[in-house]
Parts: sequence; structure tokens; C-alpha cells
Amino acid sequence: MTPRHRRMATITVLVVGMGLATALILRAFNENLMYFYSPSEIAAGKAPSARDFRIGGMVVVGSVERNPESLEMSFTLTDYAHQTRVSYAGILPDLFREGQGIVAHGRLTPEGSFIAHEVLAKHDENYMPPEVAASLKPQSLPTTAANAP
Amino acid sequence: MFASWHKYASLMHFHALSQRVSPWCFGLSAVLFAAGLIGGLGLAPTDYQQGESFRIIYVHVPSAWLSMFAYIVMATAGALSLIWKVKLGEVIARACAPLGASFTALALVTGALWGKPMWGTWWAWDARLTSELLLLFLYLGYIALQAAIDDRRAAARAGAVLALVGVVNIPIIHYSVEWWSTLHQPATITKLGAPSIATSMLIPLLLMAFASQVFFFAVLLVRTRCEILEFERHTQWVKALVGRSSMPTVIA
Repeated sequence: MTPRHRRMATITVLVVGMGLATALILRAFNENLMYFYSPSEIAAGKAPSARDFRIGGMVVVGSVERNPESLEMSFTLTDYAHQTRVSYAGILPDLFREGQGIVAHGRLTPEGSFIAHEVLAKHDENYMPPEVAASLKPQSLPTTAANAP
Repeated sequence: MFASWHKYASLMHFHALSQRVSPWCFGLSAVLFAAGLIGGLGLAPTDYQQGESFRIIYVHVPSAWLSMFAYIVMATAGALSLIWKVKLGEVIARACAPLGASFTALALVTGALWGKPMWGTWWAWDARLTSELLLLFLYLGYIALQAAIDDRRAAARAGAVLALVGVVNIPIIHYSVEWWSTLHQPATITKLGAPSIATSMLIPLLLMAFASQVFFFAVLLVRTRCEILEFERHTQWVKALVGRSSMPTVIA
């Protein structure tokens, strides 16, 4: 083994070792690295009950109810398997709309609904002109009918 | 074959080669930037959801790609200098770090500017944003390490080890949006299957990405030249070169 081979081996071990160590650490902290919980995880009781957390999902079409006298509003979030009702009073991001993915930060009530103090809009990875989107629209929106099981 | 490769690894020859190549790189990147900007800001249609705001993609995505690419260049140059003792690797890694840090900062700033109107927040501690911030700290750590060690050879070795240790962060940045739930959306182009972006929007984006790439190489060549002159300041060829251009004596 020449010194060059030894250096090569040392560096390979260093990089692979770092990779393995990091992979194990990330696996151990997997739950903490999730930015939000889905309605299914909340239904399964995985979300914390004593502290704030984030919930993410699609706003069900036709589920948004607004109080005309105040900023109070509520809507239903779905991940196509389970649903959670979210209530919120505040300013919504421009991208908030029915059928849109959103992330809400807040707390679960004992009755199983979610009280948010912050609502962020998520946008997807698709970019297209409005005309193309219009021709695709009908089959791509989540509705209450998509909530089968 | 090996002899000719060895020639370009010598700092003197690389200095001369870089002087010839870098103006062409600057020229090419200027042409590509002009085409990409006209296409991206003028010709591309507005997005169905984000309207005109989506156009920040033409700065954000190329700088984010470059932030990772520059790190791979820096780590590869570091490995070359550690394993094969290639001096050129030392100077390239050193020249690369501030450039990579700048692209990372640009990606983070344009991301924040994009996040506020679309998501409703400048910053979120999700896996993608946090790992990109970590990349900035890796670059800054490398730069600080270079400044802290006076012996350039020792600084290059320590920096190369730091750069190689940090390589693990690159796949984490790329796959963060798949492995964990994040506010940042998944990949549009660098994924299996067709890119989910209209062709009229994609072409300017690829032009901007290519322009940034060529611009990166152009600046890297110039920065490497500066590093070479500093590194070899006691050699005859640098003294001759500096004397010829009738510059005042370089600081010893």
C-alpha cells in the first residue's frame, strides 16, 4: 500500500463514515425533521396534544366558511384519507384557496378540531400558463368525495 | 498523456491557460444571461397560480443549483490536493469558497423574497431551508479556517477535510423535500420523469442555469489566478511576470 493509497482509503472511510453517521442521526430524529403532520397522522394519534404543532393538507373544495363580521373562518384539510377541521382568525396568504395545499400552525382541541394561529400556503412543483392549467383543472381538485376510507 | 495532464496541473501553465480562457467564459455567460433574461422576464408566460411572482425562479433556482455545484467542485479539489498532493486543487478549493458562499446567500435571499408573497413567510425551519442554511455555514467555516491558519499548505489540508466532511449535506439538501414533509415544494426538473414546468418557462430557466454555470467558471478562473500569484509569489516566473507588467513590488 503506497502512501497515496493509504490517503485515498482514509478519505473514503471519512466520507462513508460521515454519511453513515449522518444517516443514523437523521433516522433517529426523523419525526422532528417533519415540518408538519398530516390529517391521517393526527387521526392515528401521532400528533402532540399538549403543545403547538403544524398540520399540512389540501383545503377541501366548498369547505371554507367565513364569518362576514370578522376575520374568523374555518375550513377542512384533507390528505385524501382523513380530514381535520381547522379554524383561524387572521390574514391569509394570497395563495390560500380551495384545493390548495396549506400548512397551519396551532393546537389540537380535545374534540379533535385544530385552532390555528398561523396559516401558510404551500405551492406545488408545477409551473404552467393559465390556459394549460384551465384545461387540466376538472380532474385535479380534491373534493369531499375524495374522502373515502 | 500523463505528461500533458501534469503540465496543466502546474500552477504556471494553469495561470496562462486561465488568462486565455476566462474572457471567453465571461463573454459566453453575458450572451446566455441576456438570452435567459429576455426569455424569462419577457417571453415566458405568467404562472397559473403565482402570476408574475414566479419569475424569481430564474434567479433562485440557478443560484441554488450553483451553491451545491460549487461545493462539489470545492470538495473534489480538496480531495485531489489531499490524495494526489495536487497544488492546483489547493488553490481552486480556496478560490471556490467565497463564490459558493455568494451563490448560497443569493439562493437564500431570493428564496425569502419569493416565500413572503407566496407562502406568507420569509423563513421556515423546514428541512430544505435549514440544510441550505447549513451549507452557507460550511462555506463560512471553510473561509474562516483559511483565514485562521497562516501556513497555506496546512490551511488547505484542514480546509479539504472540512469540505469533505460537509459533502454529506449535499444529498440531504437535494432529497430533503422527498424524505421529510417540508414547506418547500418537491423538485420540478431534477427528478425522474419529465420536468413539471411548461417548455416556454423551462427553456429560459435552463439558459439562466447554463449562464450562471459559465459565469461561475469565469470568476473561478480569475480568482484561481489571484490565488496562484499569491501562492507562488517567491518563484521566478511570478517575479518575472509582475516585473514585466511594471507593477510595484508585491507584498512579501
